[in-house]
Amino acid sequence: MTFSPELEKRFADLLTHYPEGRQKAALIPMLMYGQDEVGSVSPELMAEVAKRLSIKVIEVEEVLGYYSMLHRKPMGKFHIQVCTNVACMLVGGTELYDHACKKLGLTHLETQKGGNFSLEEVECIGACSWAPAIQVNYDFHHHVTPEKLDTILAGCK
Amino acid sequence: MADQVTLTINGKQVTAPAGQLLIETCKAMAEIPAFCYYEGMSLQAACRMCLVEVEKFPKLQTACTLPVAEGMVVQTESEAVVKARKTTLEFLLSNHPLDCPVCDKGGECELQDMVFKYGAGESRFTEVKQHVPEKQWSPVVFYDGPRCILCYRCIRVCDEGMGVGALGLTNRGINSEITPSHGDHLECDECGACIDICPVGALTSGAYRYKTRPWEMEHTGTICTHCGDGCKTTLGTRGDEIVRANNRDRSGINEEFLCIKGRYAFDFNHHPERLQSPMIRLNGELQPVSWTEAIKAVAAKFTEVKSKGGSFGVIGSTRSANEENYLLQKFARQVLGTNNIDHPRSGDIVTLLDALSGKTDALATVDDIYHAKGVLVVGSDLSQQHPLLANQARANFRHHKAKVFTVTRGPVREDDIAAASVRATEGQEIAAVESLKDKLAATGGLVVLIGASVKGDDVRKLVALGDSLGVPVKYICLMDASNSRGAMDMGVTPDLSPGYKPVDKPGKTMMQMLADASLDVLWVTGENPLAGAELASKNAFLVVQDMFLTETAKRADVVLPSASGYEKNGTITNTCGQTQRLKKAVEMMGTKTDLAIMGLLARAMAANIGASNVDAVFEEIRSTIRGYNVPLPVLMTGGAAHTMPVNGRVPVAVQADLISSKGDTLFTSGTLGRYSKTLNSVMEAPGKLYGQPVSKS
Repeated sequence: MTFSPELEKRFADLLTHYPEGRQKAALIPMLMYGQDEVGSVSPELMAEVAKRLSIKVIEVEEVLGYYSMLHRKPMGKFHIQVCTNVACMLVGGTELYDHACKKLGLTHLETQKGGNFSLEEVECIGACSWAPAIQVNYDFHHHVTPEKLDTILAGCK
Repeated sequence: MADQVTLTINGKQVTAPAGQLLIETCKAMAEIPAFCYYEGMSLQAACRMCLVEVEKFPKLQTACTLPVAEGMVVQTESEAVVKARKTTLEFLLSNHPLDCPVCDKGGECELQDMVFKYGAGESRFTEVKQHVPEKQWSPVVFYDGPRCILCYRCIRVCDEGMGVGALGLTNRGINSEITPSHGDHLECDECGACIDICPVGALTSGAYRYKTRPWEMEHTGTICTHCGDGCKTTLGTRGDEIVRANNRDRSGINEEFLCIKGRYAFDFNHHPERLQSPMIRLNGELQPVSWTEAIKAVAAKFTEVKSKGGSFGVIGSTRSANEENYLLQKFARQVLGTNNIDHPRSGDIVTLLDALSGKTDALATVDDIYHAKGVLVVGSDLSQQHPLLANQARANFRHHKAKVFTVTRGPVREDDIAAASVRATEGQEIAAVESLKDKLAATGGLVVLIGASVKGDDVRKLVALGDSLGVPVKYICLMDASNSRGAMDMGVTPDLSPGYKPVDKPGKTMMQMLADASLDVLWVTGENPLAGAELASKNAFLVVQDMFLTETAKRADVVLPSASGYEKNGTITNTCGQTQRLKKAVEMMGTKTDLAIMGLLARAMAANIGASNVDAVFEEIRSTIRGYNVPLPVLMTGGAAHTMPVNGRVPVAVQADLISSKGDTLFTSGTLGRYSKTLNSVMEAPGKLYGQPVSKS
């Protein structure tokens, strides 16, 4: 499996971040950046990362199963993640999620036909001070109301 | 000895080596329950059952990860501890199905035992249990997710113990589950270690599931009848059926280790094609007859040919007990008056013993592989052909950082742990070993495992090379089958009588017997020499003792159904020369042991071969064969007694071309393997040797 020169450079750099013999610590960032480029953590990506880190594919599988931000199937171009954990729930997170479901015609971990939007109900994203919060790909949006959500979605182009 | 520390456990003072884990120290005085902790494996601290109260620690501590320290004061059953354990159990049971009455593990389940002891029968959890259907990962391994308590034992035993690493843990929280290597199925050694080690009924075996309850079985500790390593396997039997094999009590040279053959390939024993009646060829067809008729026919023929001065050929078995092979050669030499006796040879033990002449303690045991500073494997795909020995080498590498060297003709699994690996074609191994000389000498002590491709002068060269290293070197001559070594020791050879004593007039080898067009009688016990070979003598009267109608039995004039290794008492000697006791676990109607058959034949021929019961024959072996004068209590208690059947020259010319490995893998086992449903059903079968797939026999 080949990657873009930028990603190859990033991978090479990542491997220097950890002490000798502990290169497998680069597993999570490699999967993360690999997913950004490939679109999902495909079986090929898993095998390639395992090979590069000299670990077994099942070890990649374990990490992939654990972390919800790693996906086996491609998500939308804009992956909308709505937090419904306690802090957000108390100030309207659940209603916000319901609104997003209706607006996008999607439920948890579904992707629109054409692949523009996908939706995910997530646990705490560490933005409790600005609850309710959502995340669009890597961007955070704070104090989100259904109206604000509509604006955000309209801006996703 | 490491520094000792003194600590107090439940009010009693004890001393223990500094750094020892508290759970180990406590063993002598109090049982500390643990699901995830398992002696010999890495620490997990996942189950929280081993919590103990340690003074000055603000919270309860996991005894499985806490090293003992000077002045430590520990309570293992205080009120707080008992409460914590009960709560842990309540939590473990929050999603564990209460299906004990149908669960295979019921009655010997560690979770069940703990709940019985600490009592968490009532739960405060009202949540609905999350059910997921059971999964079958292979013909051998089934996984029931909800029963799993996520102790990681299976993952660790597969990774660290077996060196396979076919299991992992995926997802999280309530969805966590064990996952096999290939998404929905396993590709591994199919050894079943994960199933045995599972404290609950999450992993169950295809062989045992729903067959019986633990308390309905009888247990018989005997020796696996497949490869030459001599693993102890404890057979669980119900009536005359073997339903389970394992070695959970860690008795035997293999402790808990067993491969798929030891654990599941006992099923050949109940194969529907097992022969249960003697047969005589009448009008060209094999017809069932009574034992009396069959024995009478064989005795008459033997007597007739003997009186006419005809020629006999006798082929002994590499799976028969020592007693049987001893009596067979005695029968051949004394009653039939021939030295034409042989068996399929798979290792040049004769040259090795000769080369080691005058040395003491030069033959290694299974245990030596685990303790040696270095292990050199020459000409063997060890993990395929000698799983126990490979496991010992792996454990030695893991626990003691042993230096492992491989000199093989293709890639082997031991390469992964090897300090150096050299590829060498058959017959070229010695030069390759020479190239490692400095590294081998630097180990400080070596066990050399010699495969079948190293024979004749190469063995001498290897021993000379070992001598020149200046470090203690021990040797193991690797041989194929469960009693290959015993057959040699018992003198089932044309040129050597028991104890490697040369005979005056050497007889014919197996190949010569098959090629002898004037042979009058061929008597084959438990081997299949006519698989892929012809019997030159068209008129030879062929007597075959076997469990199945093999190629050889199909050609026979008389077929005598024999008992399997699990149906007889006796002793066998493994590839390292360690003698262990076979114990009869079951009986098969219509069959007789080879020993009993020989006794009946001798009586029918009015020949005197002495007593033909196991104990009497073994006593004769003990008193006549050097090295076999082993302490009986060791054998009787299921131990392994190391033999050194000769310590002097063995002045015979070894015919190297007679020696070759049959090339069985982890998933084949000669005739027995052909009749084992389990071995044939796993997708890995027939397996690979040196990285190359072998053809199905």
